[in-house]
Amino acid sequence: MSKGNNAGIGLEHVNVWFGKDEERVDAVKDAGFTVPFGGSFGLVGESGSGKSTILRAITGLAPNWSGNISVLGKELGHDRGKEFYSAVQMVFQDPYASLHPRQTVDRVLTEALTLHGFDNINDCIVKILDDVGLDRSFRFRWPHQLSGGQRQRVAIARALIIEPTILLLDEPTSALDVSVQAEILNLLKRLRRERELTYLMVSHDLAVVGHMCSEIAVMNDGEIVEVLGVEDLRALKAKHPYTKDLLDASVQKRRDE
Amino acid sequence: MKNLLEVKNLTVKFPTRNGIFEAVRNISFSLGRERLGIVGESGSGKSMTGRAILRLIRNPGILEADHITLEGKDLLMLSEKEMYKVRGHRISMIMQDPKFSLNPVMRIGDQICEAYRLHARASKAEAKKKTLSMLENVLIRDPARVFKSYPHEMSGGMGQRIMIAMMLIPDPQILIADEPTSALDVTVQKEVLEIMDKLVRERGMGLIFISHDLNVVSAFCDRVLIMYAGKIVETCRADRLHEATHPYTVGLLNSIPQLEHPADHLQVLQRDEAWSKAPSVSGIVKTEDLA
Repeated sequence: MSKGNNAGIGLEHVNVWFGKDEERVDAVKDAGFTVPFGGSFGLVGESGSGKSTILRAITGLAPNWSGNISVLGKELGHDRGKEFYSAVQMVFQDPYASLHPRQTVDRVLTEALTLHGFDNINDCIVKILDDVGLDRSFRFRWPHQLSGGQRQRVAIARALIIEPTILLLDEPTSALDVSVQAEILNLLKRLRRERELTYLMVSHDLAVVGHMCSEIAVMNDGEIVEVLGVEDLRALKAKHPYTKDLLDASVQKRRDE
Repeated sequence: MKNLLEVKNLTVKFPTRNGIFEAVRNISFSLGRERLGIVGESGSGKSMTGRAILRLIRNPGILEADHITLEGKDLLMLSEKEMYKVRGHRISMIMQDPKFSLNPVMRIGDQICEAYRLHARASKAEAKKKTLSMLENVLIRDPARVFKSYPHEMSGGMGQRIMIAMMLIPDPQILIADEPTSALDVTVQKEVLEIMDKLVRERGMGLIFISHDLNVVSAFCDRVLIMYAGKIVETCRADRLHEATHPYTVGLLNSIPQLEHPADHLQVLQRDEAWSKAPSVSGIVKTEDLA
């Protein structure tokens, strides 16, 4: 895939649905946005609004979709090749569920490397552990020996070890304490700067998305109701009533009344 | 005004392969007719404190305290059978996720009726009437329909309202809410908190609100205990939480990203060994001070 043009991820008129006939549920309706190469884009909304489903449609985990999805300037079909997965990787919400409980950190990382045909496995693992801020002693540990923050670092290492250009982040910090959340957000920000990554991040927390992303799409009931820049979000300049509600709810929490 | 509950030198221990682990270490606090928040990171012992009050620490866990007094009566002296009358009837507890605390194969109405009839002598018809009015109290629009539904048909916000209805129907004096809104969306969270707040105020109950979310606690409670490594490191008035002085509390507050005050780099909490060694701060408020 070429990095030539300016497109990271582009969606046009994307619909995603589950089930058939009367049981059909339209999870995403006519969604469209573009993320420039090297940009960071946030999706916010309540649970059930379809934000994670968009990520799943991009990675191919949701099979029923229509419309156009393009990644790095290339239109995606319903089958994704190896090329796609070496460019796009995903970090999931719950670090307690996304790591195989009976594989050591070393094995998780080795598997990713062999699948994508890397041969200098040892060097890659040492380097990535260093990059995500884990000591070398973590290499042969089991997931149950790690804390939530350390597990999420391993999940990020697993995604980044094959040197993708796009990272899809599905609520990467919502299962973590605020103190650990700060560490992981700092890590993600630093890695994006160092490796010129493109982020597409899903979160229900406006403050987290406001911290990480430069452009934000607000979703409600499967539709994107508003796309706004981070400055507008910070100045609480939302146009759509739903976005206003959401802003109210998350800012009001902090008022000391 | 008298203290409803007083806990003195509470310790909860778990024996492990590497010696004894103390989840809660020698803490003391009191609760009047107020909203008391307990905040801290996961593993700081806040949930264990809530469970210990109801003596819900299972073997091999060990619960030790000088006393846990509920209106002058020491709960540690009661037999397990007498504890049944305290749990639910006088102190009830709301857990984090309604999905795991409701019986999945029993209609919602029947579950709430059961909770009521366990503690009050009432006929089925009376219990049903009471249940429907309770469901109305938690702002459920169509109580008759919800009465006949099963838990899986409900959303998270509805489920948590049902839990609140169920826990408040025996009219307890103290409600312990363990992360009642953490599994909910921000907009729903606000509604559920408002409902809980209204009911607790109207009935003059004491509330222990356990949460990891400092903003919610600061907006919603009267007084806050901040826990770290099983100890209370600081207590303060909830509306003055942002003026807290303990480095741990300050560190936690600073690590939250803020929409209005963007920062390129979030502050990371620097832990100090001395915090977990320092003795616990007392959270007991003397009755005279409250008057």
